[in-house]
Amino acid sequence: MNLVLLTPLDLALAALLVLALAALSLPLGLGIGKPLAIAAVRTVVQLLLVGIVLKALFENVNIGWIALMATVMLLVAGREVMARQKRRLLGWWGYGVGSVSMFISTFTIVILVLTVIIHPTPWYEPQYAIPLLGMMLGNTMTGVALALDRLTEGAWQQRAVIEARLMLGQKWTQAIADIRHESMRSGTIPMINAMAAAGVVSLPGMMTGQILAGSPPLEAVKYQILIMFMISSGTGFGTLAAVWVATRRLFDERERLRLERIKSTGR
Amino acid sequence: MSALSRLRLVKLSTRNVGPVSMDVNPGECVCISGASGTGKTLLLRAVADLDPHEGTAYLDNAECSSVTGPQWRRQVGLLPAESAWWHDRVGEHFNDVESSALEELGFKPDVLRRRVSRLSTGERQRLALLRLLAQHPKALLLDEPTASLDSANTRRVERLISVYRKQNRAPVIWISHDARQIKRVGNRHLRLIDGKLTSGRTR
Repeated sequence: MNLVLLTPLDLALAALLVLALAALSLPLGLGIGKPLAIAAVRTVVQLLLVGIVLKALFENVNIGWIALMATVMLLVAGREVMARQKRRLLGWWGYGVGSVSMFISTFTIVILVLTVIIHPTPWYEPQYAIPLLGMMLGNTMTGVALALDRLTEGAWQQRAVIEARLMLGQKWTQAIADIRHESMRSGTIPMINAMAAAGVVSLPGMMTGQILAGSPPLEAVKYQILIMFMISSGTGFGTLAAVWVATRRLFDERERLRLERIKSTGR
Repeated sequence: MSALSRLRLVKLSTRNVGPVSMDVNPGECVCISGASGTGKTLLLRAVADLDPHEGTAYLDNAECSSVTGPQWRRQVGLLPAESAWWHDRVGEHFNDVESSALEELGFKPDVLRRRVSRLSTGERQRLALLRLLAQHPKALLLDEPTASLDSANTRRVERLISVYRKQNRAPVIWISHDARQIKRVGNRHLRLIDGKLTSGRTR
């Protein structure tokens, strides 16, 4: 089975579908025409660019370039986590908590999987390293962003409860325990659901891609299982770390709730 | 036996309140009144070390900073004007509570099984006081503890606090707007005006 190569004409035909949707939105007054068009153009440009970068990266396997690429991906993911929070921590923390947590969990797991489980030669072979890292970061980013948003919003809404518990002499960990559990749950539930529904409701994108590219289905399935485990542990550990650090930051050394450390208004 | 606890504030200031220095003796009740917005609540929050502040407070000659925040707040019990509840049922908020104390505030023991959402504001306020006293704080900071109570329940609360104060020789700071209540419960009356404490009589 050979890979059927797509021509620009093929893509143009697919683009017509998007254009048709945008055109339909105009008379209906849905207001999605413009954002749809912009997003579609962004998809083309961003993916083409990343394709060019990956091509260059694959042709010159150099750990320095790969590290640079990984760093850029991490920084963008960190920015995205920050942007998705209604009330983020002020100062360096708003960016740092998410980025550092994602860095620790995703990089550790990707390097571990590359060196111990897949072990391509060299271990940083970009054909494996970059897609794995991308999938890890994408999912961990969502989990961390959801959890942090829930945490800061919860602390804001339930200030009276947290402080009432502090007034009764509870430690900060007790005073915010419920909110912390809630935010951990909301960060990890999407990936638990994804694992539970995998294969039954949806065929995961990576597996689909491998099958389209001609891999035997069972080989693709094995990779998908590996990826699912990586993603869930990465999201879980990343969320855990981010929620832990951010919660600590909401309190000071006297265990007082310090809500002035989070942004007071919406975006 | 609990030692005699004196609550001492030394140049305590927070935001636009203070500096406030005063001693509240063991078993003494100091009432503080003042227009709303003058920072009475802020003052109590600073004493309980809930807000960052300048200056310090001592209880039993032990400085606030010599113990952890939770340890301090367990000893210096603050009753906020509006009570907050986090479990479904009343009883889940109590480790142990004497049924005699419940009765003194007009509750039957089965109140512990009731849902918090079904309680009135006044019932919550009285139960919040019991919840605080059940932890045996050495000093009490009361932020309008009878604000939403009828006169019968106001008297019950006043009596319960007075008994607690005398039995435990606890210093009490009591914020109140009611001049007659201040006469009933206070050993001293101070006013908070523009963030400064002044004697209640010099006006």
